[in-house]
Amino acid sequence: MSESSDAINPIKEAFNRHIEDLDTAPAWWKTSKTEAFENFASLPLPTRRTETWRFANIKGLELDDVKFAALPSISDAASLVDRSNFIETYAGRFVFGDDQTLKADRLSPELAAKGVIWAPLREAVSKHGEILKDYFMKQEADLGSAKFAALHQAFLENGALLYVPKGVEIEDPFVVYNWSINAGSAIFPHTLVITEDFAKVRLVEANLSATEDAAAFSCGVNHIFAGVGSTVDYTLLQNFNEQTLGFQINSNIAGKDSNVKTISVNVGCKRYRSETHGQIKGSGSQVNMLSLAVADHDQEIDQRTLQTHSAPHTYSNLLFKNALVDDARTIFSGLIKVDPGAQQTDAYQTNRNLLLSGTAEANSLPGLEIDANDVKCSHGATTSQIEDDEIFYMLARGIPREKAQELIVYGFFEEILEQISCDTVAENARQIIQAKFKKRLRK
Amino acid sequence: MSNTLEIKNLNVSIGDKQILKDFSLTVPKGEVHAIMGPNGTGKSTLAKAMAGHPEYEVTSGEVIIDGENIMEMEADERSRAGLFLAFQYPMEIPGVTIANFIRAALNARLPDDEELNAPDYYKELYAKMDLLKIDRKFTARAVNDGFSGGEKKRCEILQMAMLNPKYAVLDETDSGLDIDALKVVAEGVNSMRGPNLGALVITHYQRLLDYIVPDVVHVMYDGRIVKSGDKNLALELESKGYEWVKELAGEAAAS
Ligand SMILES: Nc1ncnc2c1ncn2[C@@H]1O[C@H](COP(=O)(O)OP(=O)(O)O)[C@@H](O)[C@H]1O
Ligand SMILES: [Mg+2]
Repeated sequence: MSESSDAINPIKEAFNRHIEDLDTAPAWWKTSKTEAFENFASLPLPTRRTETWRFANIKGLELDDVKFAALPSISDAASLVDRSNFIETYAGRFVFGDDQTLKADRLSPELAAKGVIWAPLREAVSKHGEILKDYFMKQEADLGSAKFAALHQAFLENGALLYVPKGVEIEDPFVVYNWSINAGSAIFPHTLVITEDFAKVRLVEANLSATEDAAAFSCGVNHIFAGVGSTVDYTLLQNFNEQTLGFQINSNIAGKDSNVKTISVNVGCKRYRSETHGQIKGSGSQVNMLSLAVADHDQEIDQRTLQTHSAPHTYSNLLFKNALVDDARTIFSGLIKVDPGAQQTDAYQTNRNLLLSGTAEANSLPGLEIDANDVKCSHGATTSQIEDDEIFYMLARGIPREKAQELIVYGFFEEILEQISCDTVAENARQIIQAKFKKRLRK
Repeated sequence: MSNTLEIKNLNVSIGDKQILKDFSLTVPKGEVHAIMGPNGTGKSTLAKAMAGHPEYEVTSGEVIIDGENIMEMEADERSRAGLFLAFQYPMEIPGVTIANFIRAALNARLPDDEELNAPDYYKELYAKMDLLKIDRKFTARAVNDGFSGGEKKRCEILQMAMLNPKYAVLDETDSGLDIDALKVVAEGVNSMRGPNLGALVITHYQRLLDYIVPDVVHVMYDGRIVKSGDKNLALELESKGYEWVKELAGEAAAS
């Protein structure tokens, strides 16, 4: 496909319609989208030789099957809102369906009075333009998906803005549900978290499909800006159906003495590409980046990570665990980068893969790039296979094979699941994993 | 026949090597039979072939539990049908706690829509752990992960006690145990003896049979039983040594 043949380019046409539909949005917003689209159009697609896409399947990234058309109305909103129930007590909840707001549970008056902002992006564009101008899409996608981040910005319809002012600590989590509904649809989930000095907040994001068979495209972004001494705890549950092509481009900037924890639980999608960049910019800051993925059938889960330390006395710890069944494939490519000034950095990167079948494939590309001399860094990758004798031992106790695999997988993931701070979210993560194994039993 | 474990003309190979040769044995419920024999004679092969290990190829023969031939069943079905194997070398299952492991095994025995009652389950689990002198903290430890030899064997008996099999095969449950641990394990097994359990106790040493007194003792050599008798046969074997078994095997072949 030639990028320049605008006249017949359906993505370009869809974008023009998208901008027309934004008629009441401020000019700067439309301009930024137009620039993003131009950026998208001019950036090349990854090829076999693109280092940041090594081992990944690059077929279908032209997105020819995706409808970027205006979204149809949503008929079963009420049932999706009912299903958006991972957390009972929250400080705020948005339920989006194909990027439209199905339900917006707002802040309590107390939090609003303290200056907290919790707004759908569609609304924030006009009401909180100054914040968006400073923070919206202000972290580069530098792990290979700049083109898709530009696509995200160009077509983004909605999302969640969470701004927590200085000194405000919020115990109950904020929750965002992004439902993918219609076959062929494209959604662009976006969550933006900004904490000022010594603020404290939790955000849980759940990316889900309304049905098991509607093939869709999701291209999401999460950006965290953690201010001085602040604490941000972010959990993402990704359980799109297994027809979906998913991108998730996440990045956080940890300010001085801040504490950032991100956890991803990846279960769904036919193909899923996640990029996670921890930018450890403030001295004394701590960043934990955790992820688990369960891949079966011919699923591909492609994970690229970067931990960039640019200040002294910083700590980061990354742990990505993948369990693979059938012919599934995972890719973990991670880099720790320590800038010359970032002395006394502790940075760790671990990727562990558990193979439950002889035909699954786990690729691991760990890396270090250290330009400071007084640091503690390590990286490690292991891939282990469940031994037939382990399974036999469990069978010999009457535990069916699929259940035996499930138990071993749970055991493998427990060190991540137990770090999910909301108990009900951890419980939902367990149930999502369990449901995946149950589905295997039915087949 | 109901109420018996019948092993009929079992022939088992590993690769092209035949290990069990027309092996036959009947254990009525309520009895404890011991199998003694030198290393490499096929005792563990018998145990694992009965349990359905895929590496052991059963070329002919049957294993019948209370009238039902289990040889066409998968390993997990055999277990649920009432057969229990205490492994000579129990596997480590990293990340799976004993409590969750035994619970999963019990849940697998319930109808799909039923779940174990958690408080009752723990009550029973703790009672049986106390009997086997296993620290209650072990419930949260991964199965056999980092256990000593004796802890592994006690954990096997704990699983047996919780799963309540109709027939149990204990493969060298005594090996690697000091005398105190041996007594604890034997006490555990003895507490399960009764009209509802048939047991096949495989051992290399007579010592265990002082504590788990068998109804019948079988001497095994080269893939088959060469002599059966009462508990005194074990003592005779102990005093005459395994060289005697070879002679017996010669006589059995000649007869
Ligand atoms: N997995 C195996 N692969 C190959 N040979 C085996 C295997 N297991 C057992 N054998 C062989 O089968 C024979 C019987 O072994 P085994 O049943 O373990 O004897 P026992 O338990 O009486 O000591 C031995 O010759 C042993 O080497
Ligand atoms: Mg043996």
